[in-house]
Formats: sequence, structure tokens, C-alpha cells
Amino acid sequence: MAKLESNLKNMVLSLVLISMGMSAALGYVYVLTKGPIEKANKEKEVEAVKMVLPDFDNDPVKDMKEIDGLFFYPASKGGQTVGYAVNTFTDKAFSGKFTLMVGFLPDGTINKSMVLDQKETPGLGTKMKEPKFYKQFEGKNPAIFKMMVKKDGGEVDAISAATISSRAYCDAINKAYQLFMKEFKKDAQIVKDSTSLVNVNETNKKED
Amino acid sequence: MDYINIIILALFVNNVVLAQFLGICPFLGVSSKVETSLGMGAAVIFVMALANFVTYMIYFFILKPLNIEFMQTISFILVIAFLVQVVELILKKAAPSLYQALGIYLPLITTNCAVLGIAILAVKENYNMVMSVVYASAIAVGFTIALILMAGIREQMENTGYPKGMKGFPISLITAGLLSLAFMGFSGLVK
Amino acid sequence: MGNMRYLLNGLWKENPTLVLVLGTCPTLAVTTAAMNGLGMGAATTFVLVFSNLFIALLKNLIPDKVRIAAFVVIIASFVTIVDLTMKAFTPGLYAALGVFIPLIVVNCIILGRAEAFAQKNKPIPAILDGIGMGIGFTLALTIMGAVREILGNGSIFDIKLVSESTKTIIIFILPPGAFFTYGYFIAIKNRLSANK
Repeated sequence: MAKLESNLKNMVLSLVLISMGMSAALGYVYVLTKGPIEKANKEKEVEAVKMVLPDFDNDPVKDMKEIDGLFFYPASKGGQTVGYAVNTFTDKAFSGKFTLMVGFLPDGTINKSMVLDQKETPGLGTKMKEPKFYKQFEGKNPAIFKMMVKKDGGEVDAISAATISSRAYCDAINKAYQLFMKEFKKDAQIVKDSTSLVNVNETNKKED
Repeated sequence: MDYINIIILALFVNNVVLAQFLGICPFLGVSSKVETSLGMGAAVIFVMALANFVTYMIYFFILKPLNIEFMQTISFILVIAFLVQVVELILKKAAPSLYQALGIYLPLITTNCAVLGIAILAVKENYNMVMSVVYASAIAVGFTIALILMAGIREQMENTGYPKGMKGFPISLITAGLLSLAFMGFSGLVK
Repeated sequence: MGNMRYLLNGLWKENPTLVLVLGTCPTLAVTTAAMNGLGMGAATTFVLVFSNLFIALLKNLIPDKVRIAAFVVIIASFVTIVDLTMKAFTPGLYAALGVFIPLIVVNCIILGRAEAFAQKNKPIPAILDGIGMGIGFTLALTIMGAVREILGNGSIFDIKLVSESTKTIIIFILPPGAFFTYGYFIAIKNRLSANK
């Protein structure tokens, strides 16, 4: 077959045909992948919620509430609230913004936390994904635990050479905690000192 | 985040070439003379700001309402290519002297991945229209700064000796690496 | 045998990363780990093979004056297909490669091969050229990724090679390390080729 001449009719026709053919193919692939993409996104969410909370048997993603840009996932077991997972963020990070998921027990004690999405410096700021860093928050209650790096007079061990990332991590958790206390205070027992914290922890254990 | 933050981040901390690796091809290809770098930079600033404005419109007024965000890549690249052509035509007619200065750089811009990359990033970051254009302009100025610095070093380098095996791309890349190292000093500038 | 040379061409003699020095942006940006290099390489290879094939098939239907526009439409479509597929089935890798997946569309290797090879050749050589170039690109990216990951993070394909407390040469996974590694890779390739 000879090559088509470059006249206006041929040019328009060929471009239109190619665009239409390609768009049809794309539409088809889009429909095919739509389900799996949503599933992958939801799985990531559920996975993160499961990671940071104790056992639950409801569907926190379904009951998710958005408050001031943060996402709250209430978790319950047998109708009893066991905690809230909060998708929180900070824009004080080294490279702008990162998001993390933090799980609070009903009294505001941090259960676990994990990084969801970050752009920090590889090898430095990214160390916040390592247990050595995030473990130190577990079981701490921000009401009595000073959620600041030691340099700022708090109790958090910063990652060496990544103070800003560490500070941002605290900021994200603090933001989640403040809002959590404001919104869910009625279900939360406020901890005033370390003795009551121990008591609360014990009651939680009994419930398990 | 306010504008000052966006601008400083775009200019230095996340310099488009030295930290985000966008627009490396023109960076290595064009930047052998300070003068040509300036011309290229001017053309990029112009096109990038315009491209971000247009792609913003397309994304939020066509793709999003129709729920076909997945057509983003294909529509953005076509629009950018089209835009470059239109700019070229208009400049040729309306401002021949400017066209003389920028003309040869315009076709090169279509393949400058920074233009498409920044358009996509601005959408991803959910910037509003003004922010998106400010961001693109700042990024493009950052690009120009990197280009000019590199060209300055290269002009000097012609007179110095370095191992023969490093001639061409290797020495340029090593130089870019050192520049990038220097720019890392800016990180943490914005809190 | 005649067709094999198309395949081998991209691997060494005209390696897109080390000799033609095309597609520099993704090369520098994603080679922070071997796995990212491999993923990026695979995605690019897919686009390269299919766009080469389609362009070789359709070349007579595309008038010369609009060929670049037509090529871009074809390439962008395959990029979107890769984009959607990776988002659905490899979300972790997709997140790591970020904006560089849609940017495959402006990877000069692909348009370059379409223009320099696919539009002048039959489908079979075009596919082989795509595969050869793709593998050449993938190999270069994976090896660069491996070198940077080993030096900068003390691991390869996420498997730790040194203990947690060992200090690694972090600079290699930071932006400057990308430039240094790439520069030395080309220098070494030049040296090896010059010896022949």
C-alpha cells in the first residue's frame, strides 16, 4: 500500500481515526482496571486502619468521617468502641507534606502509627518508617507525653540528621490528637496524670 | 501554604533539574553557553506558565466533570504540543524580534518533560489556578537558574584539563551532581 | 539471524541510556533502588514495543506532516494503559515511580525509535528493536539502581546486606548520587567500547 499523501482530508481523517481507535482502547482498559484500582486503594486504607488499631469487627472505612481535612475511622468490637484510626497529615515536613495513619484508643492513648505517603529524603527522613522511631509513640498518651522532639523540650527521640521530619511526625500526631479530643471527647476519658493512664490501660486489658 | 513558600521551594529546595530530575535533556543539551541558556530559560518560563494555566482549565473544567481523569496524560501532552505551535506562530507574526531570539528553542520545549511533569504535579498537589501558574513560573525560573549556572561552569571548563574518558556527558553529569550537592544546602530553608 | 541484530543493537552498541543518552530524566530519578529501576524499565519496554509495533503497522496510513502528532497519540495511549494497569496491580511500585510513569510519554527513547526506526521498518524488526532497546534501558536502570541501593542503603532488591546500624553512603540515593553514578557509568561504557 502506498503512503497516504499529506493533503488536508487525509491528515484530518488519519488523526481522527487513530485518536478514536486509541480512545476506545483506553476506555476499555479503564473499565477493566477500575475495579482493581478501587480495590487496591481500599485495601491500602483497610490495611493501614488494621495496622494501627486493636482488633475490631465493624467496617471503619464505611463509618469514616471527615473533619477539618482529617479522616476518622471509628472501630468497634461487639458494639463497644475500641479506638479510632485517624488519617492525618503535616505540611511542616522537610519536603512539604506527608500523611500518616495513627490509631487512638478511646482515652486518647496512641496505639500505633504508620507513614502512609511521604517524600522525605531517602535514608534520613524515611527512617520514620523504621520501628526504632515509630515504636516510641506506642502506648503514649499525648495528654501527659510531651509530643515534641527533645531539642524542643519534648520527649521524642528525633531521627539523627532528620529533626524536621521527626518534628513533622509529632505535628501530624498532635493535629490528629487535638481534633480527636475535640470531636470525640464525650466518649473519651481524659487522662490527667500517669496514674490514671495506667488504670485506663488496665481497664482496656480487662475488656480484651 | 503561601506563595512565598511555593516559590522558594520551587526555586531552590525542589529545583526542577537538580532535585526533581525533570528537563534533564535540555539541561545537558543546551547549557553550553550562558547566552543560549538565557534564551531557552525565557522560552521555558513563558510556555510553562501558559501550559499550567491551560492544563488547569482542561483538568478541572473538562476531564473532572466528565469523570475521565485517566485521559490526563494524553490530553495534556497534545495540548502542550499544540500550545508550543501556537506560541511559535503568534510570536512569528506579532513579535518577530522576540521570535528571532526564542524561536529556535520553542520546538525543543515539547520534548522538555518538565512542562508535562509540572502540569501533572500541579494537578496532583491540588493547587488552585493562580497557585498553579505561580508554581510553574517559579519552577521555570529555577530551571533557568540551573541552566545558567551550568553554562557558566561549562564555559570555564573548556579551558581546564580533565581525564579524556570523562569528556562529554560524564563530566557534565558529574558537574551537575556537584551543583545538585550545593543545592541540597537549601533544603530545610522553608519550614 | 538477520533479525537478531535489531535485538542486540539496543543492548550494547546503541544502548539508549549509555550511548544515545536518551531518557535521562527517569534514569536519574527512579534509580534509587534496583526494584524501581526494573519497574521503570519494564513499563518503558512495554510502551516501546507496542508503540513501535503500531507505528510500523500504521505507517502507511499516517500522512507525513502529521506523523509526530499521530505518534504522540499512540504513545500516550499505551502510557495510559501502563499507568492504569500499574495503579491497579502494583500500587506500591506505582507510588514509588510517581510522576515518571505518565512522563514515559515524553521519554525521548520512544519518540526517537518511532521516528528513526519503526516508521521505516516492518512490524517484526520494529518489535525486536523495541524489545532490544527496552531491555538495554531496563538493564542499565536496574544495574544503576542496584549500585545506588547497595552503596546508599546497604541493600539490594530490599534485601538488607549490612546490619541496621551500619552507616551507608547516603549520598548515593540522594539526587547528587544519581548524577555521579550516571556520569561514571557512561565513562566506564566509553572506556570499554574504546578498548575494542
